[in-house]
Amino acid sequence: MSRKMTTGPAPDIAAGRLPAEAYLANFEADAKEPLDVSQAVVEASRCYFCYDAPCIEACPTGIDIPNFIRKIQTGNLKGSATTILEQNIFGGACARVCPTEVLCERACVRNLAEDKPVAIGLLQRYATDFLFERGIQPFQRAPRTGKRIAVVGGGPAGLSCAHRLAMLGHDVTVFEARPKLGGLNEYGIAAYKVPQDFAQTEVEFVLSIGGIEARTGVALGRDMSLAQLRQDFDAVFLGIGLAGVNALQAEGEGLQGVIDAVAYIAELRQAKDKARLPVGRRVVVIGGGNTAIDIAVQTKRLGAEDVTIVYRRGPEHMGATWHEQEFAQVNGVKIKHWARPVRVIGENGRATQAEFEYTALDAGGRLVGTNSGFVIPADQVFKAIGQTFIADPVLAGAAEPLEIRNGRILVDQARATSLPGVYAGGDCVSGVDLTVAAVEDGKIAAHSIDRFLRGLQAAA
Amino acid sequence: MADLRSNFVGIKSPNPFWLASAPPTDKEYNVVRAFKAGWGGVVWKTLGEDPPVVNSSSRYGAIHYGPDRMIGFNNIELISDRPLEINLREIKQVKRDWPDRAMVVSLMVPCEETSWKSILARVEETGADAVELNFGCPHGMSERGMGSAVGQVPEYVEMVARWCKAHTRMPVLVKLTPNVTSILGPARAAAAGGADGVSLINTINSITGVDLDEMAPQPTVDGKGTHGGYCGPAVKPIALHMVAEIARDPKTRGLPISGIGGIATWRDAAEFMALGAGTVQVCTAAMHYGFKIVDDMIDGLSNWMDEKGYASLDQLVGRAVPNVTDWQYLNLNYKIVARIDPELCITCGLCHIACEDTAHQAIAALKNEGKRRYEVIDAECVGCNLCMHVCPVPGCITMMKYGESEPYLNWTQHPANPMRKAAE
Repeated sequence: MSRKMTTGPAPDIAAGRLPAEAYLANFEADAKEPLDVSQAVVEASRCYFCYDAPCIEACPTGIDIPNFIRKIQTGNLKGSATTILEQNIFGGACARVCPTEVLCERACVRNLAEDKPVAIGLLQRYATDFLFERGIQPFQRAPRTGKRIAVVGGGPAGLSCAHRLAMLGHDVTVFEARPKLGGLNEYGIAAYKVPQDFAQTEVEFVLSIGGIEARTGVALGRDMSLAQLRQDFDAVFLGIGLAGVNALQAEGEGLQGVIDAVAYIAELRQAKDKARLPVGRRVVVIGGGNTAIDIAVQTKRLGAEDVTIVYRRGPEHMGATWHEQEFAQVNGVKIKHWARPVRVIGENGRATQAEFEYTALDAGGRLVGTNSGFVIPADQVFKAIGQTFIADPVLAGAAEPLEIRNGRILVDQARATSLPGVYAGGDCVSGVDLTVAAVEDGKIAAHSIDRFLRGLQAAA
Repeated sequence: MADLRSNFVGIKSPNPFWLASAPPTDKEYNVVRAFKAGWGGVVWKTLGEDPPVVNSSSRYGAIHYGPDRMIGFNNIELISDRPLEINLREIKQVKRDWPDRAMVVSLMVPCEETSWKSILARVEETGADAVELNFGCPHGMSERGMGSAVGQVPEYVEMVARWCKAHTRMPVLVKLTPNVTSILGPARAAAAGGADGVSLINTINSITGVDLDEMAPQPTVDGKGTHGGYCGPAVKPIALHMVAEIARDPKTRGLPISGIGGIATWRDAAEFMALGAGTVQVCTAAMHYGFKIVDDMIDGLSNWMDEKGYASLDQLVGRAVPNVTDWQYLNLNYKIVARIDPELCITCGLCHIACEDTAHQAIAALKNEGKRRYEVIDAECVGCNLCMHVCPVPGCITMMKYGESEPYLNWTQHPANPMRKAAE
């Protein structure tokens, strides 16, 4: 394998590469245009109102999709939004970020006839926007039970759980380590998917039901322990997500310009003025999931000239759907498949190039190197190769340790952990890492907690 | 190439597509545009006695269904609100400029012989081909004893038709109102009065909707509304039935019919003609899309006739009439069941739920390794067609002949009929 030391030009990392208005267009405009009234009516009329509809089955939260679409047809938009939100309180975010092309829209029977499913995601957005624009909270709290529940983590799982618990009459305290609630909707998802501060609009909507106290800047393991929460509250829900990121385990990882994509996106999301974010002229992204797509497209939209995603396997193996890959390509991102990082090459401690080795599958189907590769100039190298669960905060100082399995908190069908009264959901438990799945976890856990607190046996 | 030339009670036109008496035929400007577009004829918007009527602002109501606009339409407009003299002058000019097109003039005057006599003479001077007596409009004019107020009383229909036949050499068509319990009463009366033909249907009395904010019927005029005349694609089935009844009634059989009611395509026209209409009249579709639609009507009818081997209109007109019968003569030994083509089925389940909830529980919803499948239970299927109609995929559900062929048996012969006729 060629290991010729090539010396690239000095790193070119700069802020303000674009005219001011370009940042607005790139980050504050919707990636997908919302439907207007007539588009919504036409699209809604395409729904066949299937019996026992396959789309409902394909939705992790089980939204009654034909019913909400019919309500759009009849102009009952409040009813439509309520049908959505009663199953998925983050129906607004999910309408924007769900990979519908592999969920409800893939199940749509229209695919069989004409390869063009009903645009369920856009219709869901149309209905929920109606409600949010009017500030309507369609749900009411049941009579107060006097029970108090601690929800740790203010992301979709935690807030979904909190909202449902509040509806059921319980009092909830949400503990969030970051300054704002919203979790990945606020800190993790690409800006153009949830522009105009939608994440906070949605958080306010969730909290507006009442009975939920939010405490931000409070971290489990640092400011409090699980044991303490169990003592102070009647039940605990853990929706603490993934705090760690995988390492490249390649030479040069410590160079300046080698950056954790998750951290950069969080910074970008919070930056009021995107023109101040330094971005490389040539950017390399390593990874194949949604984070890789999000960082690649966002650096391109910050003005990077060349952005290349390098993924060690083929397009069909990427965590990002074909739709996401296409979106990146339409945004001018190049995707190179079947190559893995060998090292990052630097000059004066700063990354200038990234070297990769082509990969292939051997006879046994294992991924192997091929001893040949390529070098790409890189002012910035983003690592987007997965996040990991860090167990320390939940284990700290516990007499009775929470059971961890396969690197996640172990839960049963009811989202109950190994500790009585402690439930968990979202990315910190096993399962698909989608917002919609986290919302479902929170909802199921809330009902389990409710049964637990009412002294009923939780369903297995 | 099929011959589309029409000779209807002596009125000649290059094709059977006429514009009905309505807003599109109110003035020379519109009618000339229609003729340029290819329409075979027009029935000029109804003339009345001077002073002209006054029309309201806000005149049309509509039924929209999903993304489809105007599947039903209604109006509260009265007859022509222009002076008689201007209308007559324009009619004369247009007929002179377009001699090959049918020019029929619609008329509505009070139920007095002198009124009819006088206006007929003036219309005759224009060189128009025929007159159509408007006994149909159900709104406004009916409050003044005209329009459907005449058409609903067979004796009046016959009387006025007779007056008109006595006072003009022009062919007389009587336009019938559907706002009656049986169309045969006024149709027989028109025939008895000597009318050369009938045209139907005029519009159906209706309120298209209610403005739920203003709490007023639509169309709304300054907070109030009134019933208007309903037309458009939604009324076609009602019109077809009435046309067929006249075509097969022993007393009116052979009476020339100009078919009207929701005709928007050549296919609609062919259906009216198959049930006995010699020409067809169109309004709503033209008001929706403009006059250009006649191009496809001419072309489409001609191509279809070629495909079917009909060389001229007379070979088509009335062709389906012998197959219109009374329920009691339907063959009760005829059995069909639904068949679902699994290759075409998109598994929406609508056939199942329609049958399960509202019919005969004859379609099973099966699941095989997570895949949906719908299957007809022949023993339960009565052959009602519901599933075929709800299925969104053309050709996926068809109705198939079922069981051994048994001899024809109708209700008059059926053992379950206590009034059955003894076997011959």
